[in-house]
Amino acid sequence: MAQQPLTGYRRPDGRVGIRNHVAIIPVDDLSNAVAESVARAIPGTLALPHPYGRLQFGADLDLFFRTMIGTGANPNVAAAVVIGIEPAWTERIASGIAETGKPVASFDIERHGDLQVLAAASRRAGQLLQDASEIARVPVERGELLMSIKCGESDTTSGLGANPATSQAVDRHIAAGGTVIFGETTELTGGEHLIAARCASDEVRKKFQAFYDDYVAMVEQTGANLLGSQPTQGNIRGGLSTIEEKALGNLEKTGVTPVVDALAPAERPVRAGLNFMDTSCAAAEFITVTAAAGAVIHLFPTGQGNVVGHPVEPVIKISANPVTVATMSEHIDVDVSGLLQLEYSLAEAGDRLEEVIDRTVTGRLTCAEVLGHREFALTRLHPSA
Amino acid sequence: MPETGSPPPPGELAFLVHRQGDDVAVAVRETEPGEAAGALLDTGQRFSITVRTAIPLGHKVALADLAENQHVTEYGVAIGLARSDITAGELVHTHNLRSARWRSSL
Repeated sequence: MAQQPLTGYRRPDGRVGIRNHVAIIPVDDLSNAVAESVARAIPGTLALPHPYGRLQFGADLDLFFRTMIGTGANPNVAAAVVIGIEPAWTERIASGIAETGKPVASFDIERHGDLQVLAAASRRAGQLLQDASEIARVPVERGELLMSIKCGESDTTSGLGANPATSQAVDRHIAAGGTVIFGETTELTGGEHLIAARCASDEVRKKFQAFYDDYVAMVEQTGANLLGSQPTQGNIRGGLSTIEEKALGNLEKTGVTPVVDALAPAERPVRAGLNFMDTSCAAAEFITVTAAAGAVIHLFPTGQGNVVGHPVEPVIKISANPVTVATMSEHIDVDVSGLLQLEYSLAEAGDRLEEVIDRTVTGRLTCAEVLGHREFALTRLHPSA
Repeated sequence: MPETGSPPPPGELAFLVHRQGDDVAVAVRETEPGEAAGALLDTGQRFSITVRTAIPLGHKVALADLAENQHVTEYGVAIGLARSDITAGELVHTHNLRSARWRSSL
């Protein structure tokens, strides 16, 4: 393949993004209305509405702040406008994002009202958007791009085709000095020993095992029957019968390199290579915590056709299911269904995927971006007070 | 994904086996009862299996007779326990296979 230089946006903290958003970030559910009004008033800005941010506490509140600050700090975001109901938590998020050196403005609603905030925040958002439009793409190295991987609505074609193709891209990305985040804690069940064996040290293995054991204990404590939830009804329709089978297919996308670290949800990786993150297996929640950890591009193998996207982190869909690529072509960025009949090799499928990755990095919009999929879903660790 | 030096023509192949020794194979096209369907191992070795029940695309066929409560393997690893005796050539899915790990998923 012809090697065009990759380009991206180098942020003041040195990290590299592939998109150049001005994000309008509501701190809480009460601020969604004005945040979305600002994004309508200034087309080209990006509102991130969500249903939480009130009366959260403890570990759940820590994850909330890590996610909101991390999302604004993501290198795909050029500048942020933070809007909250009151000033204290608003400032906490705004100052956390500002540590990256990117421009951040904050507004709070109490003692002002939505309309006064709308006018002031829109005026500032417009200035930030004009400034962002002057930030130029520069040549970047593949290894500077933080990648995340998670499959969804998987079926047996995922384990046979889309996931092994993704593995090709994962191994190549890591060989180039890059970092890749995988996770889906409960979805390792039946193959968790294989991940434990791949951990680069006893310290990492111990961290990984603690995350896994705690998550599964939480699930089992409920006594619930998970058939239909994990595996999902879509997984079952596609031929997956048990969590173990789903997990082994899931692992087919993680490549062959050692697991260099085990991270809390939304924690920024510090070691280059393959990082495990303790996450939910729900697609939008997963991508939201990896985007908050700084991931700028996501590879999403799917069997039955999960349509997820994310407002900040572009999502590339890969499918090997011939029915899905025929009936849902507007959602599938990379068709590797030929793998099922051995029409081409796995390495060739990896080449196809790598070409789409490179074009996406350099600015081509993904199917999910074009279709307006902007799922921003916060993970909750426990109920609000 | 199995690799082979001489792939069969497109459409001929009905089943792929992740690892030699697996109890099940995955259908890469729909197969009908009575069909002697082509299957391919990860080693590149080919064989034929007579299908006893319709196997939809992406679903699994038993490659050997499996006894009730026997561990069933795919990817060379256990994926669950047979709920009942399963005959070679039959569909293997949630009706006759259950997780050995999710204790409440019965």
